[in-house]
Amino acid sequence: MLKLNDDQQMLLDTVRPFMADEGRIETQLRHWRDKGCPDGFGHGLWERFGQLGLSGILIPESAGGSGLGQVEANVVLEEIGRNLTPSPFLTTAVTAVRAIEGTPHAERWFPGIVEGKTVAAIALDEGPRHDPAGTAMEARRSGNGFTLNGSKQFVVHGRSADFFIVAARSGGSAGEREGITLFAVPRDAKGLELENVTLADSSKAARLDFDEVAVDADAVIGEVDGGWNLLRRALRAGRAGAASELVGIAAGAFAMTNDYLRERKQFGREIGSFQALQHRAAHLYSEIEIARAATLKAAQLIDEEHGDAERFTAVAKAKAGSVARLAVQEAVQMHGGIGMTDEHDVGFYMKRQAVMDELFGRPSFHARHLGKD
Amino acid sequence: MADDETFRAETRAWLEANCSPEMRTPMRSEKDACWGGRNFKFASDAQRQWLEAMAGRGWTVPDWPSEYGGGGLSPSETKILKEEMAAIGARVPLTSFGISMLGPALLKYGTEAQKQRFLPEIARGEIRWCQGYSEPGAGSDLAGLQTRAEDKGDHYLVNGQKVWTSYADEADWIFCLVRTSNESKHGGISFLLFDMESPGVSTRPIKLISGYSPFCETFFDNVKVPKDQLVHEENKGWTVAKYLLGHEREMISGMGLGGSAGSSLLSEALDVGDDPLLAADLARFDVDALAFQAMSEHFIDKLKAGEAHPAEPSLMKYAGTELNKRRHELLLRAGGSDALEWESERSREGKTARDWLRTKANSIEGGTSEIQLGIVAKHILQLPGA
Repeated sequence: MLKLNDDQQMLLDTVRPFMADEGRIETQLRHWRDKGCPDGFGHGLWERFGQLGLSGILIPESAGGSGLGQVEANVVLEEIGRNLTPSPFLTTAVTAVRAIEGTPHAERWFPGIVEGKTVAAIALDEGPRHDPAGTAMEARRSGNGFTLNGSKQFVVHGRSADFFIVAARSGGSAGEREGITLFAVPRDAKGLELENVTLADSSKAARLDFDEVAVDADAVIGEVDGGWNLLRRALRAGRAGAASELVGIAAGAFAMTNDYLRERKQFGREIGSFQALQHRAAHLYSEIEIARAATLKAAQLIDEEHGDAERFTAVAKAKAGSVARLAVQEAVQMHGGIGMTDEHDVGFYMKRQAVMDELFGRPSFHARHLGKD
Repeated sequence: MADDETFRAETRAWLEANCSPEMRTPMRSEKDACWGGRNFKFASDAQRQWLEAMAGRGWTVPDWPSEYGGGGLSPSETKILKEEMAAIGARVPLTSFGISMLGPALLKYGTEAQKQRFLPEIARGEIRWCQGYSEPGAGSDLAGLQTRAEDKGDHYLVNGQKVWTSYADEADWIFCLVRTSNESKHGGISFLLFDMESPGVSTRPIKLISGYSPFCETFFDNVKVPKDQLVHEENKGWTVAKYLLGHEREMISGMGLGGSAGSSLLSEALDVGDDPLLAADLARFDVDALAFQAMSEHFIDKLKAGEAHPAEPSLMKYAGTELNKRRHELLLRAGGSDALEWESERSREGKTARDWLRTKANSIEGGTSEIQLGIVAKHILQLPGA
């Protein structure tokens, strides 16, 4: 059945009010931004995620987690998107967990993630556009381990991270899938320089410089030169999750806009009574419903380990990205002048959408590849 | 679940034995479909046998109750049957407006006598139905219809004209909206069933821009309709009409799937030559088509669970038909001047171009895209009236 089952619906019924209350814009996004918080999110909320079993949502019950799947993680992410809740959930609880599960690194980091204390960051992109196969950062064998040289950008929550999952090239050349190795690099590694960057949506994403950073062989996640499969697994979870967050962003912006259409009066009547706006609103609503269905499909296929999971994950990220872009553009336009003010929340949706659109590949990347890469 | 697996195994074996190789080849057009009816000419013995075998089990309408000619299958059994048919590429045994439109309305609003009289012959493909809704002056504003039905005691006397009546020239019976009162616009409409061979009924095909003539004008000149052929109550036909339109829109929205779910990607199937903009549009289309495929699956599962919003078929109809128009725009572009051949064997008598033009009606028939958006805006988004 391509709809939430009873347990998933119950999870939604719990998470929706939680996020609308404790994760709301006023007390999280706007609050931390106005305080100039260098992490861009509240560690207290991340611990609340731990108490509710959300930060360990994908971690097996045997390791203290909730042992749930992508569909459940996506339920949480849609609510995060709807409230623009800043948290390390997507990078840490979803993407990083999928990167290290089944490896010795899981034993080290899962307990802290379950508690909502540990933060992980993905250090993958090297240029302004997502291109995993193009990874060029050098991993040179030396002694018992490797020496890393190169730079990374768009490392979301880099400053707060306890460790980085770093993709580097131990063999082959840029553009090839073979020869990529994943490393777990601790925050305090010698030779690792971090520049904390604030993005348009006031989230934080570091630029990292690796200058002769020496790591032991046991820093390797999975196989040397064989990081692609783990990276794919992690990115598939991250992309499907990002798609769900984008659906939430679209739905949140749309809900705000639809309320406004029903309340705002010009020419003596509600602006939502004008057909020009009604048709645009109905079109947008229809697109959001389609994007949500596509995203649910991707999540289900991932949980079933189905052969079409890659393709539908690409469809979900591309569709949700395009729809969310339309949603925030329509939201700002339909709000008129008030939508241009910092005081109003609608602009936050536009900024967050732009960041999530790029994260783990923009719509055109996924439309071109459709899961083939 | 164990029962389902038994059912699946039995169904697979039965289909294997009863569905001939010819009935497992894809239909090339609507002309290959089996429409049934008094005057239907079967294309082959295989087509006739397939219909008879499926109708014999009630599987032309697997989820209708068996006392009305259906298969009496549960939702999960119906799904299994469809999956097993899809797995061997089995054709739909019967394409019929009786199944997709009138049947569901009769099941909900018909009297017991009407159900027993009409449903089994729909299930067996014996009577072909057409739909008398639109009129020259009542298109998007359907409830403005003027075809009159006067009460003459034991019968109604019907006078007026319908338009865009799909396949009226080949249909045996019509389900028809008529005006029985001028007191109220929506509250003066009734829903009648009558034989197209009744004295006073005539039809004239309308040639479309595609060259096809799937639609007719239909004229009624003092047509007598017995009173027991009124569905639901007099002046309550709009309720039936709206319910039926929901089913019609669901059916039309299926066009967005491009005939068969999971069909190949346009970006892989078509040669784009050195046109990167076309390649980009195909890639974008594939994303939207696969996303809509997921939406269709989601919508059907919600319908079965009784969780779909009553206005959701409008959303599906809008999205599905707009997508289908885009598909055919792309097929035409990818075909270049080959696709513009209108009368030639190479082009199968202009199939690409004619199909392209035919799809332009998708977002008009069954309520225009603009009407659907208006319904979504009003009933789902609760936007105020203009």
